[in-house]
Amino acid sequence: MSGRVLVGVKRVIDYAVKIRVKPDNSGVVTDGVKHSMNPFCEIAVEEAVKLKEKKLIKEVVAVSCGPQQAQETIRTALAMGADRGIHVEVTGKDYEALGPLQVSKILAALVKKEDAQLVILGKQAIDDDCNQTGQMTAALLDWPQGTFASEVSLEGDKVKVIREIDGGLETIKINTPAVLTADLRLNTPRYATLPNIMKAKKKKIANMKPADLGVDVTSRLEVLRVDEPPQRQAGVKVETVEDLVAKLKEAGRI
Amino acid sequence: MLLRKVSQSSALCGAILRGQRHAGAVVAVQNSRLYASQAAEAVLEKPAAVGTDAASKVEKKTVAVESKSFAVNIFKGQIMTPQVFPFPSVLNQDQEQFLRELVGPVSKFFEEVNDPAKNDALEKVEDHTMQGLKEMGAFGLQVPADLSGLGLSNTQYARLVEIVGGHDLGVGITLGAHQSIGFKGILLFGNQAQKEKYLPKLATGEHIAAFSLTEPASGSDAASIRTTAVLSPCGKYYALNGSKIWISNGGLAEIFTVFAKTPMKDPKTGEMKDKITAFIVERSFGGVTHGPPEKKMGIKASNTAEVYFDNVRVPAECVLGEVGGGFKVAMNILNNGRFGMAAALSGTMKGAIAKAVDHAANRTQFGNKIHNYGVIQEKIARMALLQYVTESMAYMISGNMDSGATEFQIEAAISKIFASEAAWNVTDECIQVMGGMGFMKDAGLERVMRDLRIFRIFEGTNDILRLFVALNGFQNAGNQLRSLQKALKNPLGNAGVLAGEISKRAKRKVGLSTGLTLQGVVHPELAQSGEMTVKAIEQFGEVIEELLVKHGKKIIDEQFVLKRVADCAIDIYAMVVVLSRASRSLSQGHAAAQHEKMLCETWCLEAYERVLRDIKTLRSSESRQLFKNLRAISTAMVENGGVVAPHALGF
Repeated sequence: MSGRVLVGVKRVIDYAVKIRVKPDNSGVVTDGVKHSMNPFCEIAVEEAVKLKEKKLIKEVVAVSCGPQQAQETIRTALAMGADRGIHVEVTGKDYEALGPLQVSKILAALVKKEDAQLVILGKQAIDDDCNQTGQMTAALLDWPQGTFASEVSLEGDKVKVIREIDGGLETIKINTPAVLTADLRLNTPRYATLPNIMKAKKKKIANMKPADLGVDVTSRLEVLRVDEPPQRQAGVKVETVEDLVAKLKEAGRI
Repeated sequence: MLLRKVSQSSALCGAILRGQRHAGAVVAVQNSRLYASQAAEAVLEKPAAVGTDAASKVEKKTVAVESKSFAVNIFKGQIMTPQVFPFPSVLNQDQEQFLRELVGPVSKFFEEVNDPAKNDALEKVEDHTMQGLKEMGAFGLQVPADLSGLGLSNTQYARLVEIVGGHDLGVGITLGAHQSIGFKGILLFGNQAQKEKYLPKLATGEHIAAFSLTEPASGSDAASIRTTAVLSPCGKYYALNGSKIWISNGGLAEIFTVFAKTPMKDPKTGEMKDKITAFIVERSFGGVTHGPPEKKMGIKASNTAEVYFDNVRVPAECVLGEVGGGFKVAMNILNNGRFGMAAALSGTMKGAIAKAVDHAANRTQFGNKIHNYGVIQEKIARMALLQYVTESMAYMISGNMDSGATEFQIEAAISKIFASEAAWNVTDECIQVMGGMGFMKDAGLERVMRDLRIFRIFEGTNDILRLFVALNGFQNAGNQLRSLQKALKNPLGNAGVLAGEISKRAKRKVGLSTGLTLQGVVHPELAQSGEMTVKAIEQFGEVIEELLVKHGKKIIDEQFVLKRVADCAIDIYAMVVVLSRASRSLSQGHAAAQHEKMLCETWCLEAYERVLRDIKTLRSSESRQLFKNLRAISTAMVENGGVVAPHALGF
């Protein structure tokens, strides 16, 4: 086992920013908007770094696909403790259409190139909420997957994953190499401290394009229109329970 | 008349101006004990009893060197642009990139981990926050990287401190008392061995530092400290004795920068005299104790305590700077830290403004959102002006310092005065906009208001700093006037100098331009504001000269005058700072450049009016009556122990 873990880190609009739709409904406004690392990706990085600190793995490689600024997200991962970064540069129209399938193709290619044993991703990104990249990557690699992990323990060549499922927890044991995706309660990510940010300046980020990995990033999806969520309609006050029941019946709710 | 000491001290500082009668030169300020000018420092090096002889000797040393400081030059009615135009841009690409990376995590830490309300209620920074700040590297921002710090420049430091100020001034003071003053002396004056020994542990926050100058009987009059350090017969140790009050971090610190009097032999006269020396004192030396945390109005999260030194054995290697050079050390530390206050407070204002604007945008009264009403609009606009000026000053000065300027003490003092008053006004108005809601603890502004109050008092009260600004200016203007007077004694040999000066004055008299201009440095769209600024400077320079001629050396007694002179200097510096910043934004085509232009024009318009009004007061004979009245009222009240007039009801 090479003991190498690949962690995906996505640059997304910061969770605290109020999202605005572009006037032409082609997407959301990203210019001049604060971006940061997808929170679930932070959890993934933290888990990988913890495994390294426990000396269960040897190297953590942070990967991000996107324009030049994706390097800032990789830098954050490096400041949190990742050893090196890979920036797969995707820009312009390709970037706008970049979805889970394209990213998982890139990740699968990188796994082979880097001879990684483990891929840890966030369960989903807070921008498109797709929740597909981990599953697709596992499928493309034909590896087992442990998704929505709330606890991960390496046991020899197996991984025990406690998964968050509807109504409870499920414990599975899968073979490595494997793909894991992090749920919210897996850990509390550390803060990138200033001294570590400074040290991260010395860590290397490799730059490549999807074509270098033999990956075609054309998308078969077309975004027709992006809209704001509908405004909540004003409610009405009712005088009595009878009125309420009548209104509900009228609305077909009961 | 001798202005003995205008100085300030660590935590709090009041003001004492002592006078000593003696014959002096035409312009007495030259002999004054003004700490921040080089000449004054030379005087300050002299023991307490400076006589006429000493003063005249010093005078020879004070031959004016052309100052590069903008603020110094306006007192001579001159414009010196290099430090103010273009707006300094000092970060190289690496520094800017690094700073960009730091801003996010620091903001996040303060948004998610630090709880200002809880720190305030507990009257201490929560333990896990303190630990987090240490890990964060927040205790060693400017310590060189090879000594475990982050090696930030003043500008980078300012940007991070601004974030701290935007969230929690109590934490800000804990961090500032540590690195802005606590161990700044080691950074500025420490030798290699001292730096290597102390800075790594200070940078990581393992050791906390405190600046110990103020004593029960020595506030603004820092030269009057009584703590003593006496060298042992073997010459290896000093015995340190005394007590210090209102020491920020006094109860937490392991390392203290302590100022004490050391008896020294004057190399010329052979007399023994006390001079101030700075020491690095470790708590572990023994004999260092502290009192309980003081109960304060604001910045409660920060620790403030008395610190006692009882026969502390301080190794001779712990002298910071030169033996007897402690006053210079203290003043340089304080001068070097003031820009940080302006940066922090511009962040504080930004935070408060966001709350008030949000409220104004969403609160409906009389059927309209309240931001539609003129009285609210004026408040909001004025907040923007004050924040814009403060932020511009902070980064102008940090930029000057980073590019190696050595003369920025007037500017730094102005920024401290301006920032602390602006932040107070802005926060007060934010509360006003929010009405009853702003008065409630939950709005988070009453704490800010309490925290802010100390900023007009500590590290040099604004009152003392105003005198400092004015007297420093007068000193330089006086030097110029003096060389002019010298030239008059030998008109033929100095025909060129005289012709220039005479024609300048003649032109000013008949209202012609004196040739002063900001054209070429101010963006053409701001030409009008630029002209106002030039006019203000011309008028100001003229009134300074009149005042010097009128009062001569007695100017240092005219505090009513000095205060107004300082107010003019502050307004003029603020005008030029925003002119510079808005010009840059216009030439770089920033998205908000037109908005900045409006801020700049509005500020200049009102500041110009204020300057003219102040100058009018300074010239008018009514004002002499006014000052006389004010003096008489005060005297009567002091005699009466309070208000003099009987009750309106007669009982």
